[in-house]
Amino acid sequence: MHSKILKELLSAREKKLSVALVSDLSTGRQALVYKDSIFGDLEPEEEILNHARDNLIHDRSTRIDQIFIQSFNPPKRLIIVGAVHIAQPLIEIASTTGFSITVVDPRGAFATSSRFPGIDLSEEWPDEALKKLQIDNRTAIVTLTHDPKLDDPALEVALDSDAFYIGSLGSKKTHAKRIDRLTEAGISTNKIEKIHGPIGLPIGAKTPAEIAISIMAQITQTLHRST
Amino acid sequence: MKESVKENNLYSHDDVLEFADKWRQEGKQVAIATVVNTWGSSPRPVGSQLAIDIDGNMVGSVSGGCIEGAVVHEAKQVMANNVPKLIKFGVSDEMAWEVGLACGGEVEVYVERIE
Repeated sequence: MHSKILKELLSAREKKLSVALVSDLSTGRQALVYKDSIFGDLEPEEEILNHARDNLIHDRSTRIDQIFIQSFNPPKRLIIVGAVHIAQPLIEIASTTGFSITVVDPRGAFATSSRFPGIDLSEEWPDEALKKLQIDNRTAIVTLTHDPKLDDPALEVALDSDAFYIGSLGSKKTHAKRIDRLTEAGISTNKIEKIHGPIGLPIGAKTPAEIAISIMAQITQTLHRST
Repeated sequence: MKESVKENNLYSHDDVLEFADKWRQEGKQVAIATVVNTWGSSPRPVGSQLAIDIDGNMVGSVSGGCIEGAVVHEAKQVMANNVPKLIKFGVSDEMAWEVGLACGGEVEVYVERIE
């Protein structure tokens, strides 16, 4: 690998761009294939270019004879609505799992940098914040406030997005009421069923850290079932 | 928190390349090994990477620790002669002390030098 390719790859990563590294294993020549440009000393055939761009969409790497195509996508994202206690262990586990994290909470005292150092924080109202975050199929959204006026607007935007996972904290009772409210707001049952509630895999979680593990386990399960 | 998160991610996909770049800037020779094919139950998926410097330091993984030693050895040759190499590792034979995968899978690893 030429160091120019390595530098370009690291810079694409820094800019959070999706890029595929195409290597000819017989010659060592390589090209970086972006959505609409190419960089490097290899000139891949049209078929390989299409394959590389398709791989990026599906976040996979493949080998075709002597050509190896490796996908480099920006990190998966986790948007947490509610800068509550559970958010803290959840952030740690999700970071270790490779997610980049945004915490949304308009209640001033919650989403502070002293409680969440180094984390992207938004103090906007959840629906406004979520609309700006360009949710894609590599994004998971978790609501933790169990306050309808914060969770519901977030869920309404989330349910209209490509997010691969949507989960909502709250008991069975709380979730039943949530379903009633969302139905009343005109959201279809099909859509509402996309919400994982009560959130997390049933592992008997009690403490915030255990609940965070059960949430992260469910996000992982959903991610791999859908790919 | 940011610092600890960074540390937690030391062995993730991205940091392999960051370490390769860092070692290069320190003037060291560096090679990257990438899993390009797998058969059966292999511990790391296609695309997994390991960066190796001339002193034998490594970051990342291409297996569950089964073949890394052999890959480091091959990487040193690739660093010396600058000819990329494609190496296939099969099932290990416990009796023969052969390098391979105890899990019964097979992997093909591409080793290249950073120029």
